Amino acid sequence: MKQAPTHYCPGCGHGIVHRLICEVLDEMNLKEKTVAVAPVGCSVLAYDYWDFDTTEAAHGRTPAVATGIKRVLPDRLVFTYQGDGDLAAIGTAEIIHSGNRGENISTIFVNNGVYGMTGGQMAPTTLIGQVSTTTPGSRRADRDGYPLKIMEMMAVLPGVVYLERTTVTSPKEVTKTKNAIKRSFEIQLAEEGFSMVEVLSPCPTYWGLDPSQSMRRIENEVVKAFPLGVIKGGDHGP
Amino acid sequence: MDHRLWTIDHGPWSKSINESIVCAGFGGQGVMVLGKFFAIAGMEAGLYVTWLPAYGAEVRGGTAHSFIRLSSSPIGDPMVTEPKAAVIMNTPSLEKFEKKMIPGGLLILNTSIVERKSSRKDIDIVECQLTDEAMTVGNVKAANIIAAGIYLAKKNIFSKDLVLGVIKKMAGGRDELARLNSRAVERGYEIGAEVNVGRKT
Amino acid sequence: MKYLTTGNEACGEGAIRAGCRFYAGYPITPQNELTAYMSKRMPEVGGVFIQSESELSAVNMVFGAAVAGARSMTSSSSPGISLKQEGISYIAAAELPAVIVNVMRGGPGLGNIAPGQADYFQAVKGGGHGDYRLIVLAPASVQEMFEFTFKAFSLAEKYRTPVMILTDGMIGQMMEPLEFDDAIKPVPAVPKPWVLDGAKGRPSRSIKSLLLKDGELEAHNIHLQKKFSSIEKKEVELELYKVKGADRIIVAYGLMGRIGRECVDTLRSKGIKAGLVRPLTLWPFPYKEIRKIASGKAKFLVVEMSAGQMVEDVRLAVQDDKRVRFYGRMGGGVPEEKEIVARVKQL
Repeated sequence: MKQAPTHYCPGCGHGIVHRLICEVLDEMNLKEKTVAVAPVGCSVLAYDYWDFDTTEAAHGRTPAVATGIKRVLPDRLVFTYQGDGDLAAIGTAEIIHSGNRGENISTIFVNNGVYGMTGGQMAPTTLIGQVSTTTPGSRRADRDGYPLKIMEMMAVLPGVVYLERTTVTSPKEVTKTKNAIKRSFEIQLAEEGFSMVEVLSPCPTYWGLDPSQSMRRIENEVVKAFPLGVIKGGDHGP
Repeated sequence: MDHRLWTIDHGPWSKSINESIVCAGFGGQGVMVLGKFFAIAGMEAGLYVTWLPAYGAEVRGGTAHSFIRLSSSPIGDPMVTEPKAAVIMNTPSLEKFEKKMIPGGLLILNTSIVERKSSRKDIDIVECQLTDEAMTVGNVKAANIIAAGIYLAKKNIFSKDLVLGVIKKMAGGRDELARLNSRAVERGYEIGAEVNVGRKT
Repeated sequence: MKYLTTGNEACGEGAIRAGCRFYAGYPITPQNELTAYMSKRMPEVGGVFIQSESELSAVNMVFGAAVAGARSMTSSSSPGISLKQEGISYIAAAELPAVIVNVMRGGPGLGNIAPGQADYFQAVKGGGHGDYRLIVLAPASVQEMFEFTFKAFSLAEKYRTPVMILTDGMIGQMMEPLEFDDAIKPVPAVPKPWVLDGAKGRPSRSIKSLLLKDGELEAHNIHLQKKFSSIEKKEVELELYKVKGADRIIVAYGLMGRIGRECVDTLRSKGIKAGLVRPLTLWPFPYKEIRKIASGKAKFLVVEMSAGQMVEDVRLAVQDDKRVRFYGRMGGGVPEEKEIVARVKQL
């Protein structure tokens, strides 16, 4: 982690997840072996805070760029860091096919159910009834479709070995998230295939809530649409 | 950049050669392989050569064809719009190409398959039951190479040693195939020497 | 060694021999022979072949491979190249070396699978967003498909910039003899102090194209433009054929260049003083060279498989529109020798 003030809004989850990744890399002594790929979205500037090699992909192509890096440098740790727009909308093809190829990379998927960078538009993961700038009133299934569960979709792919959904609403959940990230990296080092950790994360700014209310919303509402836990690879010991 | 396209050593050609051939028939009749055979023979002889396949829906079930140019000087267009020679293995190909041939051209027609005669009076025509001949030689698939033999007997561009060498090379170690095609090309040479062309003007 | 092979395969072998060790592509006619060839050749040389889920993914895999320091390439044909424009803009912005092959077909839209040259504007004027340039090489034979691709890797690394091989379905699918020395050495390695391979024993670094700080992006653009003008000064290449003393000059590239050469011979045999200018680099374009030729009284016929794209650059070079005529065919039509010869006579 670089000593730098971040551009994130108060109560945003990105800062926590950034830090967890850095802690895991330090603990596993992987900093000098890591190449990360940042997405387009709020976390595009992740490389301003991470003190390891990073690049930045076109919107949604993050897993394709990571594939190129990993295939050339198979002994490095390569991970993508993606938001819900990058991963579950414009980059759906890339994430599914990276998983289907069993690409030996890790993906940290931060799902806050809204497009933050562009000003609060509907994301594929926006909940029914949630307000956004592009869903007058709120998201309606008959007009806007349903929240997209990428993890559950990817669970059927043989190349995907480990999928876990976590959150950052309490110290206990933060620890679970850290352990999941660690496990994903361990799986990659053991060359077992594709793994992904989805982190349900708050966006107080575009949810119109304060940071504490945002955490409660995840616990009370978001987890109903996106249940927490290991979705694939539960019996999988790294 | 080095423009070897224009400076390739094309051997001791004292006479000017500029041949254009179309090989056409159903997919599976070996018209692509026949085209490659001419092109490789040309290359081995030190000529400029191009081979151009025709792709598209018509490859499946309809006619397939390849264009070959052999020349003692650099080749511009690999497309053959007015062939000097045509090996025609089915009726649709006859429809398509006979009208395009230049006057005085050589048409080799597989009368085992083609259902009608050519209506051209101003070209040399060799009518031959290539498929039947191929069965006599030992394999129906050798019809294309018999046609090659006929062409070579009429045009006499390459030595027979070179031709037999190309057959061996293309067989790539499959001795039985090399023997079959050698017999086929010899039979083609015989037919080419026996048969008088049917030009009436 | 001399082989009879297709332009597409010669391009693949040229890349392998240059040291390309990463290829990602998506099937599209008429360049499929190249993708199939790479799938066979890459494992033989310890390289990586990926059949990607899309053109977008392929070009971004190439971005990633280049970030990691590999000589990398993708290829496609016109509709697929449109999809790759996003990635090409990012590669140019991030100053990564990469080679993109466009085996052009008839357009617009899905078009057909016959040869075309209607992607000239897309290749030389931009294609993707933002101010960038692609070095564009235009081979006219199977031999040149090998040699120009080889050279493309050298230029890409020299300037840290994407290079395009702009060819067409006929050059790609036709067979001709290909000759090269089996002991040919790959493009010499150049230092790549920017590669991302893990920050071991050095500070960490980033490769990115988002530049938000005050003036940062403008400065980066100025830097890029300096590089592009240096390429314009040093890397122009063209072939001149019987241009000396010629009063009628055909200007054509790629397939039309080689047909144009045959036209010159035909015209000369009829006593017409014809010549050929064949740009080998479409960007940088040989403006100065053509302007010099135009200082005489010669008239020009630009021949393309398009509605007239390169002709605009020739007009810029000649600076006398009355002396520049155009003949083209579209949608897979290939101007034939006799058509061109007739139009040269009319000049």
